[in-house]
Amino acid sequence: MGSILIQGGHVVDPSQQLDGPADILIENGFIAKVGKNLKAKADRVIDATGLLVTPGLVDMHVHFREPGFEYKETIATGSHAAVAGGVTSVACMPNTNPPIDDQAIVHFIKTKAEQEGHCRVYPIGCISKRREGQEMAEIGELKRAGVVGLSDDGSPIMNAELMRRVLEYAKMLDTVVIDHCEDSNLSNNGSMNEGETATRLGIPGIPAASENVMVARNILLAEMTGARFHAAHVSTAGSVELVRLAKRKGLSVTAETCPHYFALSDRAIRKYDANFKMNPPLRSEEDVAAIRKGLQDGVIDAICTDHAPHASTEKQCEFDKAAFGIVGLETMFPVTYSHLVEPGMVSLSKAVEMMSSNPAKILGIPGGTLAEGSPADVALFDLKTERPVEASKFKSKGRNTPFQGWNLKGWTVMTIVGGVVKYDYKNEG
Amino acid sequence: MAWNRKHLLTLEELSADEITLILDTANSFKEVSERSVKKVPALRGRTVVLFFHEPSTRTRSSFELAAKRLSADILTIQTASSSLVKGETLIDTLKTLEAMTVDALVVRHSSSGVPALLASVSKASIINAGDGFHEHPSQGLLDLFTIRERKGKIEGLTVTIVGDITHSRVARSNIYGLIKMGAKVRLCAPTTLIPSGIEKWGVEVTHDLTKALTGADVVNVLRLQLERQQKNLFPTIREYSMLFGVTTERLKVAQKDVMVMHPGPMNRGVEISSGVADGPASVIDEQVTNGVAVRMAILFLMMGDKSVSQ
Repeated sequence: MGSILIQGGHVVDPSQQLDGPADILIENGFIAKVGKNLKAKADRVIDATGLLVTPGLVDMHVHFREPGFEYKETIATGSHAAVAGGVTSVACMPNTNPPIDDQAIVHFIKTKAEQEGHCRVYPIGCISKRREGQEMAEIGELKRAGVVGLSDDGSPIMNAELMRRVLEYAKMLDTVVIDHCEDSNLSNNGSMNEGETATRLGIPGIPAASENVMVARNILLAEMTGARFHAAHVSTAGSVELVRLAKRKGLSVTAETCPHYFALSDRAIRKYDANFKMNPPLRSEEDVAAIRKGLQDGVIDAICTDHAPHASTEKQCEFDKAAFGIVGLETMFPVTYSHLVEPGMVSLSKAVEMMSSNPAKILGIPGGTLAEGSPADVALFDLKTERPVEASKFKSKGRNTPFQGWNLKGWTVMTIVGGVVKYDYKNEG
Repeated sequence: MAWNRKHLLTLEELSADEITLILDTANSFKEVSERSVKKVPALRGRTVVLFFHEPSTRTRSSFELAAKRLSADILTIQTASSSLVKGETLIDTLKTLEAMTVDALVVRHSSSGVPALLASVSKASIINAGDGFHEHPSQGLLDLFTIRERKGKIEGLTVTIVGDITHSRVARSNIYGLIKMGAKVRLCAPTTLIPSGIEKWGVEVTHDLTKALTGADVVNVLRLQLERQQKNLFPTIREYSMLFGVTTERLKVAQKDVMVMHPGPMNRGVEISSGVADGPASVIDEQVTNGVAVRMAILFLMMGDKSVSQ
């Protein structure tokens, strides 16, 4: 495996409060040393002058579609997109076919990831059998097989009694329960945020309350059970307020959001372009402001992508029939840097923390740090060069991005996973 | 002014001048329908596809007659007889039709935004004949035409729209058109049938029918989709009718020369009483007659020889 010396970069590693010039020595797949002007010899020296060097990013919410929907994405293409975005670890959601409600699927995903993956892939197990929201899946066995969290993501757990029991049971396993917070009765087959824009377009709306009531319910159940509850992809001012209260009470409640919820509002939905359709939907400008505030205050712990690739025919169709979801792995860092960090809303170090050590901590997985002795997962970014988003060049099979054509800074230069260069823009860009 | 648009998708995007041009053009076509030989050669050799992905009798018949009276060739495609049911995408169906060199597609679809989607890739003109809850521009235009014909103007009139605004494309097209033409618009419906944020459009919203009708010059009564009751948007049809049904008695607070419109088909005794529908204030049949003239104007402006249009 040999050694790599990353020289002359600006290292930001919130896990060690590092934010300044430093070199990094990697030996045999692990971080051997971090410090100024390292005089070490190495098999390969990488000149990081003028670049940002961070722990490899951790995306705790992706959909890799395998098994079952390989025409949308595979573990190979999805993880390729991950490293192209500086992401070295992902947690993949279980809405596959068959779903990850059984140990065998966990093993399948882990094996596929070992054989074809470009980054570390951690499966999330189902909360319920067949993701039907009725009966608890074998979550103890799933945990033993290696899932790092539990979720029926894509579908909410409408049955409060099931949620209560799963939280109780998951507490015994010390596993986080991640809920897609949505009251499907309130969503009522809507396709975008309920509000003036939806009224103008004549599209049935999904009210913010559909998310808020479920975040509230889950917080109350987390309080009752003492379990760890993580709110997936929060998009509303109400969710931020509820999580803020839960944290003030000292509950084990965490939350994530995605770049599109702080960079776009429902007003961006023009001409019925389904590349702006996801669930939860793009919300009002007031919600966007509240999400930004929540990121600033640390109420929201993590930034993830909810990377949801779809085939073009599933998007270029009737807006109400189009699939929910957008890709995000290859734009997460540039959108976050250009629309959160550069405008001064969140410090670079805080942003990196929310995309590395925080999600790693929530899931209890390694990574998200450059501490000596930890696996050598490292990302190098260029904060100066501005380039437009070009969906046609994505490594993901999905082209469904709302950021097409946006001029952004913060593009990935290189991604190292376990001491091996898995992405090099020079060769692949 | 000249008509420069390839597609007619919404009234939201039209200027007052463009609306006036359509209404003026319709005025000159209205006479054609009153002749014994109801045909002019304006669109001879042009092909119009009536692309209807939702049941429709009125709008389809009206467009069909309009196209025939302009001598266009017509192809009608309805969901049951098209490949849409075989799983073909809309875009592929459009491309197939285009490959047969058609000039315009009149599109009706249950999903909002389908005409816009088709227009984004279509070489042929796309005419929106009603999409989801979004817009129904030809209905909006024929309502404006009927008001202007009866009242001699639109500007300054108070127009009350009563009924399910949330699920109504007719309401949206009417609101855009009326406001652009200088009318005052009042909306009246139960709170559950007023869509979020609509007060930002410069309309007055009320839930009191008497208030809504007081001093109104025009009342446009919308059809109540009876199945909405199962969605708990109102408790019973009876209660809806008691609170929001337009009757001769209730209409007394309106202007003496009030005119009452309805886009049809009516639920007599629910949103409108027979007394009103068949009474002196009703212009419901005129709306249907004017619909053909307005649709002739639309087809002509979209497809006609521009050198002779004005």
